[in-house]
Amino acid sequence: MPMYTEAKKTPIYPRHIELGAKMVDFHGWLMPLQYKGVIQEHLAVRNNVGIFDVSHMGVVEIKGNDAYKFLQYLITNNLDKISTGNAIYSPMCNEDGGMLDDLIVYMFSREHFLLIVNASNTQKDFDWICKHKKGYNIEINNISNDIVLIALQGPKACGILEKFLNQSLSDLKRFHFRKFKRIIVSRTGYTGEDGFELFIESGKEIWLWDELMKFKPEPVGLGARDTLRLEKGYILYGNDADISTTPIEAGIGWAVSFNKKDFIGKDALLKNKPKKRLVRLEMQESGIPRQGCAILHSGKKIGTVTSGTYSPCMRKGIAMGYIEGDYSDVEIDIRGKLFKAFVRRLYEHSQ
Amino acid sequence: MNIPNNLDYTKTHEWVKVNGNIARVGITDFAQHELTDIVFVELPKEGAVLSCGKECAVVESVKTASDVYAPLSGRVIKLNQDVVEAPEVVNSDPYGSGWLFEVEMSNSSELNNLLTPDEYKEIAGGK
Repeated sequence: MPMYTEAKKTPIYPRHIELGAKMVDFHGWLMPLQYKGVIQEHLAVRNNVGIFDVSHMGVVEIKGNDAYKFLQYLITNNLDKISTGNAIYSPMCNEDGGMLDDLIVYMFSREHFLLIVNASNTQKDFDWICKHKKGYNIEINNISNDIVLIALQGPKACGILEKFLNQSLSDLKRFHFRKFKRIIVSRTGYTGEDGFELFIESGKEIWLWDELMKFKPEPVGLGARDTLRLEKGYILYGNDADISTTPIEAGIGWAVSFNKKDFIGKDALLKNKPKKRLVRLEMQESGIPRQGCAILHSGKKIGTVTSGTYSPCMRKGIAMGYIEGDYSDVEIDIRGKLFKAFVRRLYEHSQ
Repeated sequence: MNIPNNLDYTKTHEWVKVNGNIARVGITDFAQHELTDIVFVELPKEGAVLSCGKECAVVESVKTASDVYAPLSGRVIKLNQDVVEAPEVVNSDPYGSGWLFEVEMSNSSELNNLLTPDEYKEIAGGK
């Protein structure tokens, strides 16, 4: 029997065990990798509705008179694009323009924000944010243990949630959120489908999970979470972006607002000439590219795969990787053999 | 974990069904369960000569690619095209329609090196 003595259980852990999930240690969290199977779960989200335990994500609260000003300095994207009740996606960079994380900022008011950060970066992000608070009238709280996130994603998610809440959600637009009694409902997600992320106070998460499960959504694990996001070209920090990549190199330059007066990394990003570019790759032949596979053109190595998997919808291997130069066709070295792949531009999702 | 009594096994999770001089080969229920959703199968070429214990095929799942090792030496005489067209059948029916290929044995004494169902149970049945 595998021993998981080191990894932390999420509050919804008992339900995953009851459902027979294969568990995996994900950055110190014991998470469901899959329940019935990655392909089944993936297709359920694309065609129906899936439910995800995403309680491992980090939640940082920023409150105070200078909260807005502080965040404008901290992140590259521009809060002027949103208003109360909206969320915005942004990278967070260091002074060299290297990415520390990508995150979503929720604006409750100009004095009150929540940041949802990658689970693997929670402590590091919190420390970085605190390091920069000098001179700003704000308080910063790591409330990751106080708030639990559950995601409901897929074309049928809205119908289920409306029945559960007994409220219409037709005027809750993408990247908007609203509080319904004790649940914050946000129309956001990492799957590319219509869907919601639900924030509930710690202690009530099992109740919420059980209530939503009455509508029979498909429980979806990290395996399908990865195939879903990769199909849509969403990056995963740690794989497709890290401190050595700028947002421009990572294909998310649209989330960098150079017309903001100042933000951490602005000067460096203005001067920086991208050395490499993140692209999407679609296999032309059978074979699944994996992280670390070399990308070649005319026999010469031009890059490396950062994320790779099988796409259940496209029925072929797909990947992301960094390449130097502009190519439309490349070859990927998979376990010593070369397989042809198309290069696609990174998905330009609109805000 | 399903381990049929009428088959022989290898340490590397292949099963063998012997019929005279012909051996039919596949991967076990334990193997398909560990691999999860299988999406590609690369079979050896018909007529290829296999060496006992050497890689001869590849089964690839969403999660990972896994080599299949020849349980016996011999010449490949038949391939199961069904698993190339519908790889998921290796998951759903690993001992039946999920078989991979057939070999004409060149050294039948190698059969003595295969594991009995009880011996295989010790590697795979414990989970």
